[in-house]
Amino acid sequence: MVFKKRPDGRGFEDLREMDAKVGVIKRADGSAWFKIGDTEAYAAVYGPRNLFPKFMQDPRKAILRCHYNMLPFSGSGDRIRPGGNRRSKEISFVTKQALLPVLDLSKYPNAVVDVFIELPQTDAGSRCAGITAAAMALADAGLPMKDLVSSVAVGRVDDKILADLCYDEEAYEDGPVADIPLAFLPGSQKITLLQMDGEITKEMIMDSLELGKKVLTKIHAVQIKALKDKFGDGKDD
Amino acid sequence: MINELRTHVIETLEKGTRFDGRKSDQVRDVSVETGVTKNAEGSARVKIGDTEVIAGVKLSIEKPYPDSPDNGNLMVNVELLPLSSPEFDTGPPGIKAIELARVVDRGIRESKAIDTKKLCVEKGEKVWTISIDIISINDAGNLFDAAALAALASIKDAVFPKVSKSGEIDYKELTKDKLPLAKEPIEVTVWKIGEHFIVDPTPDEEKVADARLTIASLSDKELCALQKGGEEPLSIEEIGKMLDVGLSKAGEYRSKL
Amino acid sequence: MSELKTNDKDVVVPGEILATGMEFLPSYGTYREGDKIFASRLGLFNLDGKVLKIIPLSGKYIPKKGDTIVGQVTEILMSGWRVEIGTAYSAVLGLRDASNDFINKGADLTHYFNIGDLIVTKIVNVTTQFLIDISMKGPGLRRLRGGRLIKVDSYKVPRIIGKQGSMVSMIKQATDCRIVVGQNGSAWLSGEPAMELLAEKVIRKIEKEAHISGLTDRIKTFLEKETKKKIELRSDSNGI
Repeated sequence: MVFKKRPDGRGFEDLREMDAKVGVIKRADGSAWFKIGDTEAYAAVYGPRNLFPKFMQDPRKAILRCHYNMLPFSGSGDRIRPGGNRRSKEISFVTKQALLPVLDLSKYPNAVVDVFIELPQTDAGSRCAGITAAAMALADAGLPMKDLVSSVAVGRVDDKILADLCYDEEAYEDGPVADIPLAFLPGSQKITLLQMDGEITKEMIMDSLELGKKVLTKIHAVQIKALKDKFGDGKDD
Repeated sequence: MINELRTHVIETLEKGTRFDGRKSDQVRDVSVETGVTKNAEGSARVKIGDTEVIAGVKLSIEKPYPDSPDNGNLMVNVELLPLSSPEFDTGPPGIKAIELARVVDRGIRESKAIDTKKLCVEKGEKVWTISIDIISINDAGNLFDAAALAALASIKDAVFPKVSKSGEIDYKELTKDKLPLAKEPIEVTVWKIGEHFIVDPTPDEEKVADARLTIASLSDKELCALQKGGEEPLSIEEIGKMLDVGLSKAGEYRSKL
Repeated sequence: MSELKTNDKDVVVPGEILATGMEFLPSYGTYREGDKIFASRLGLFNLDGKVLKIIPLSGKYIPKKGDTIVGQVTEILMSGWRVEIGTAYSAVLGLRDASNDFINKGADLTHYFNIGDLIVTKIVNVTTQFLIDISMKGPGLRRLRGGRLIKVDSYKVPRIIGKQGSMVSMIKQATDCRIVVGQNGSAWLSGEPAMELLAEKVIRKIEKEAHISGLTDRIKTFLEKETKKKIELRSDSNGI
C-alpha cells in the first residue's frame, strides 16, 4: 500500500503550525518556549554560574549541561513516571552535542551553563522542539554563539519522504518507517544532531537530509522572530 | 546572611507596605486557565504574580488497597523544576517538594473533596487512580497556594477516558464524565515576619520569614487541613490571627476558579 | 564590494549576517568568516565608521579591573573575606585591602565585615581564571547599611548611571533615595518604601527602554509626572 495522505492533511514537506516566545521564565538567565503542532517545549538557561563539585570544573572553559525531561502528563497514553530514564538521559546528551558547536565557552573557565528542557505536551519531535527552544534560550541568556541551532525531524513513511512527522506517522504500520531527528546550524547548514531509526536506503537518507535543510529555514525564521520580538524593533520614538 | 534583608523587610512592613507596594494581606494578580495541556485528562495553569505552575491529571485503573477494596486512589506529586529557579536541583523531589505535595494532598483528601467510592470499577479488583502532577514553571514566591489552586482547577477540568469492554483505557477518547468532585478546598498560606502576617510572599519575603501556616478550608466554618512550617515557634494567639487571615483570603482564590 | 546587511540599532541574533566585503572591521560581538561578518551575540548592531560591534542586551557581568561593584560577604577566610558579586566567580577581600587601619593576623575579622554585609568595593585585579581581588581602600568604598539590593542587567548599568551620573542623579532627586549602582548589576536602594519602589520602577523602565533613543528626556518626564517635582540634569558620583 502506498502512503498517500498525511493524517492531518499536510503536504509532505509542510511543517505543523509553530509558535515561539522568548523570555518566558523570569528567574532564568535566558528562556524560551517553542510549539510545533501539539509538541511543546520550555527551555531555561542558568549560567554561566558556579559549578559544584569542584572536580567537574574545567579550567579552560565552562561546561555545558543539558537536562531533557518529559512531564508526567505529557504523553498520549499512560502517565510517565517522573525521574527520567535511559531514553531521556540519551536525549539530554545528544541535545548537548547539538548545541555545543555554536557556543564559545572558553570565556568562562571553571563555570557551568545549565540548560533545562521540559515538555508539558508531546506529539513526536520532542527532542527537536527542545533543541530549538534551547538555542533561543541560550541566545536570550546573552551567551556568545556563532549561530543558532534549528532542529526538526524528517522521515520516511512508505515511499514518501516527509518533514516533521507526527506521532501517528511514526507509528505507521502498513509499510516501512524511518524517523530522523536533525539539527542544523542555519548559517553553514552543517548538521549537529543526526539520529535515525527504522528502515531506509542511503538514497532516501540523502533526500531526507536535503529536505531537512530546506525546511529548517522555516524553523530558523520562527526563532529569529521570537528573539527580536522580545526587544521590540529598537527604533521606537 | 539574611539579617539586613530581614530588617529592611520588617521596617517596610512597619510602615504599612512591602517592597512591591502591596499591603500585607494583598495578593498579586491571580489567573487560572484550564485545559492547557492536551494529553492530560485534566490540566490547569495558575499564575500568581510572576509565579507560574501547571497541574496535570492522569487517570489509570489499578488494584485497590486491600484495606479499602471499593475506594479509588488519589496521588499528588510535586516537582520543583530546576527550570523555575536557581535554587532547585535535578534529581528526585527534595523535602520542599515532598512537603508541598503532601500538604496539597491533605487539603483534597481530608476535605473528602473526591468521593473515592465513585472511583470504584469492580470491588476488590479495579479502581480508578487519580494522579495529579504539579510542576513549577517560574518561582516568584508562594508556590504553596499556586500549587493547591492548580491541583483543584485541574481536577475540576478532568474527565474520564473511555474504557473498552475488555477493560483497556483509550486515552485518545475522552468521555464527558467529570471526576466526582464533591467539595472545593482552597489553601491559603499565611507567613509571619517579625510581628507581621502576610500572604502571597515574594522569594525575599519567604527567605526572611519566621514561620508559616498553610490553611485548607471549604468555607469560613470548615477547615480541613493545617500545616505549620518554618523554624520559629508560634503562639496560640498568633495561630488564631493567622487562621483569621487565611480564612478571609480563601474567597479571593476561590473566585478565580 | 562591501555591503552592510543591517541597520544601526537593529536587534540582531547570533549568526545573522551583518556585512559582506573586506572593508568592514569586526569588533565586539561579531566575527568574520570569509568575506562575511556575523553577529555572535543577541544585541543591538552598532556601526562606528567601519567598525561593527554588538551592544549586548543580556548576559552575565564579566568582572573587570577597575570596576566599582556592590557585593555581599559570604565567608570569613583565614586572612580575608569571600564576597559574592553575582557571577560564577566570587571575589576575595584580603586583609591588606580591607581598611586603612592595620589589621592584626588573628584579629576578629567579623569586627570589620561580617557575613551578610553589603559592600561597595573596587576590583583591583582579575586573573585569566577569574580569581578576583577587591579593595575597600578608596573614596566612597564602604559598607552599606539598611536598604535593599535589586538585580539589574549589567549591560544596562551605563544607561542607569548615565553620562557623568546624570541619569542616577535624576532618580535620586525624584525619590530622595540613596542609590549605588554597581557595574556588576547589583543596585542598592535606600529610602522611604514608596520611593524605593519608584526608584526600582524607573530602573526597570530604563532597562526595558535602554536601546530606544530619547531615553533621558523620557525618564525626566516620567519622574516629574510621578513626583510633581522639577528634575534637573546634573552630574552625580553614583553614591561613591
